[in-house]
Amino acid sequence: MKKYSWLSPVLILIFVLGTLIFLSPLFVPDSVTNWPIKKKLNLGLDLRGGIQIVLGLDTKGLTAAEIPDAVDSNIEIIRNRIDQFGVAEPTIQKIGEDRIVVQLPGAKDRTGAEDLVKRTAMLNFKLVATADEAQSVVTQIDDIIKTNPSMFPELIELERRENAELKKRGIEADSMASQNGMFKRLLVSADNTFSVSKNDVPVLQNLFADSLFASLVPKGYEFAFGSTGRNVKEAVDNRQLYVLKSAVQVSGSDLEKAKMMIGSSQDPNPQTANKPYISLEFNRTGARLFERVTADNTGKQLAIVVDSLVYSAPNIQDRIPDGKAIITGIFTREEARSLAILLDQGSLKAPLIVESTSAVGASLGADSIRKGLQAGLIGIIIVVLIMLFYYKLSGLIADFVLIFNVGFILAAMTLFGGTLTLPGIAGIILTIGMAVDANVLIFERIREELDAGKTPRSAVATGFDRASVTIWDSQITTLIAAFVLYQFGTGAVRGFALTLTIGVIGSIFCAIVFVRYIMEKTMLGGDKKTLSI
Amino acid sequence: MRLFKNANFQFIKNRKIAYVIAIIMLLISVGGLVFKGLNWSIDFTGGIAATLNMNPKSPNVKPLAIDKLRSVMSENGFDDAEIQFVGPESNAIFQLKMKSTKNLEDTKAELAEIVSRELQEYTAGRDIESEVILEVNTVGQKAGSEMRANSILAVVIALILMIIYIWIRFEFTFGLMAILALAFDVIFVLGVFALTGKEITMQIIAALLTIVGYCINDTIVVFDRIREDLKIYRKDPVKEVFNRAINTTLSRTILTAGTTLITALSLYFFGGAVLHDFALAISLGIIVGTLGSIFLASGLVVDTYKVTAVEEKKAVQKLTRKK
Repeated sequence: MKKYSWLSPVLILIFVLGTLIFLSPLFVPDSVTNWPIKKKLNLGLDLRGGIQIVLGLDTKGLTAAEIPDAVDSNIEIIRNRIDQFGVAEPTIQKIGEDRIVVQLPGAKDRTGAEDLVKRTAMLNFKLVATADEAQSVVTQIDDIIKTNPSMFPELIELERRENAELKKRGIEADSMASQNGMFKRLLVSADNTFSVSKNDVPVLQNLFADSLFASLVPKGYEFAFGSTGRNVKEAVDNRQLYVLKSAVQVSGSDLEKAKMMIGSSQDPNPQTANKPYISLEFNRTGARLFERVTADNTGKQLAIVVDSLVYSAPNIQDRIPDGKAIITGIFTREEARSLAILLDQGSLKAPLIVESTSAVGASLGADSIRKGLQAGLIGIIIVVLIMLFYYKLSGLIADFVLIFNVGFILAAMTLFGGTLTLPGIAGIILTIGMAVDANVLIFERIREELDAGKTPRSAVATGFDRASVTIWDSQITTLIAAFVLYQFGTGAVRGFALTLTIGVIGSIFCAIVFVRYIMEKTMLGGDKKTLSI
Repeated sequence: MRLFKNANFQFIKNRKIAYVIAIIMLLISVGGLVFKGLNWSIDFTGGIAATLNMNPKSPNVKPLAIDKLRSVMSENGFDDAEIQFVGPESNAIFQLKMKSTKNLEDTKAELAEIVSRELQEYTAGRDIESEVILEVNTVGQKAGSEMRANSILAVVIALILMIIYIWIRFEFTFGLMAILALAFDVIFVLGVFALTGKEITMQIIAALLTIVGYCINDTIVVFDRIREDLKIYRKDPVKEVFNRAINTTLSRTILTAGTTLITALSLYFFGGAVLHDFALAISLGIIVGTLGSIFLASGLVVDTYKVTAVEEKKAVQKLTRKK
């Protein structure tokens, strides 16, 4: 032990500094915006409220009998998604027959929260049409539009505006009779895909949503935009537009696992080197389908489509027998992670429509919260006094360290994005009652050793060493339970497991490192014959 | 100051008395669970959700405060209604979730009656049925069936892993009996809740999990001492070693139980209605858990060894092996 005498003070320093750093946002006023630590402790729905999103089910394509099941499975999927993102402790409930109400604590980022719950995350693999096929699809559509242009007033309007713009610049305007049809003029051919100017994207999106237009698209084909990545806002001026063969080759329902990965910098593939991507693993059925489609279509492009957006459309180089694939594309790490979670947790059974999003208040009254905190404080004070009374100076040291232990729990909860609820606070208060246990074990042991006639120095050493075994055994058992609950539990159970884990780790450290160090430094100086314990 | 100096209580000798008491407690609890059943809260059963507009038409009346609505609802039979603002506080639009034995229409009528009787200054000039009660609907449980299944699975896996850990560090019988003592504790607390008709909420589930953590901790401290003493007092009969270990750890057991119990009791007495049942569950769990680890866990190990003497020899050998 002597050899590592520098270890304890270093660990204690890290412990105290870490605690202070992650607790600091609580004391820095909101007006200071450049404080380096952004994370703040989340307060639960019961203490501070959050946002509420009411979701309606798009029941199109479902029979009445299928609706209840679809609602229930959507609820589970949303819950899993939120759980994967952290320890948010949401409430998710069915309201009425076919609506879902989701409440998330805090959640300043409304669009992010909405996105998280409503995205269908439908994954499909579809073949990309060849250049000839794509051209012919566009021509066929334009031929029909030409015969009856009034079908799409927005196209006429767009053409009129553009012609006027061109005229202003003294260029002879295209007329409808010119080579390019009304639809085609929006698209710039680039091999077998098209490129669409940023300004025209909304027009086309409306057009594709129009059922009349949909009826014009030749059977077996469909349009899909390339993904820009949500966070690459203005970087891309032009969006890619793909013409896909509608037949789904492999779908997300055959997916076994989806995970975000970061390519190594040595990766020879420029699409994945140093970039986030998503690795997919299919089940047996999926792997078989995947093998067949890659064998039959070698040399063609296979588009990876998520929620009608093409993330990438790699060339099929060879037959892929093992049911493994990756999604590359333009995304940030955050986006890759969220997409991986969405894919991994499965797609919604029916699309959801956000009916309303509103702030909701705390579900507990200010009075209940105040009383709860007050009661906790009373409890803690009594415990502190008992320790002081029963163990004298040693008790005082234990009490002093206890303050850091509480700070540590709060700091660690902040770091791991935990959510503090009223029962959570009660849990922390109880943890304090229990944290004292480690100290009690040690102090009782030291007393025994003193009774056996040992000197204070050796009694402290033996006491700590012997009691440490007990503390490890009892706390590891608790930790095992906490880890399992965190891994397999949902919602509140997970939150509980997090608090418990942090509490246990904090108490072990405080008892066998922190308290020991202070005791050895302060109480065992010189040749003292007595020990205040 | 010492709580117990040189304690020498005959825990192991008198364990049969503890068994009898434990069995009686268990029978009462199980009886309560079987015949009365648990009273699951709205978290698990679902209920009725209503949206109320309590923004007064008259500019002279301030919008209804949430605490007032809470007290009105609890005075009128909805004492565990969950009430929240929807939208900004000044709009005074409230969402209520409550358990109700009546159907939607009757609950709406009851709500209309309460609101028009107790809160008329806020509703004056509005039609109660359509402009004050904006919506009444059924609301599903917070814990869906899958969530419940997941949680139960998580607990079962956790218990199995705990047995395995104790098996590795101590001995299989120790692991099994620690879990039995724990099960006794949890069943007893659930039994009390069944008999008193108190609601099982998410918070109570959290309390039960806390009890599990506490109780296993307590039992292992005793087991640890037994393991250590078996190495020191090799000549003594196992029973005596067990009894001595319980006695030497008694001060610690009582002191820890005491400090934890004090925090729990303080939540019980001063924590207000919300924490009342939570703190009750914890307090009961600590008391019974402590008694269980003193009187039951070790005694059960001794009795198992009595039945299988070969096991005892093997176990003692394993526990006293030098590392």
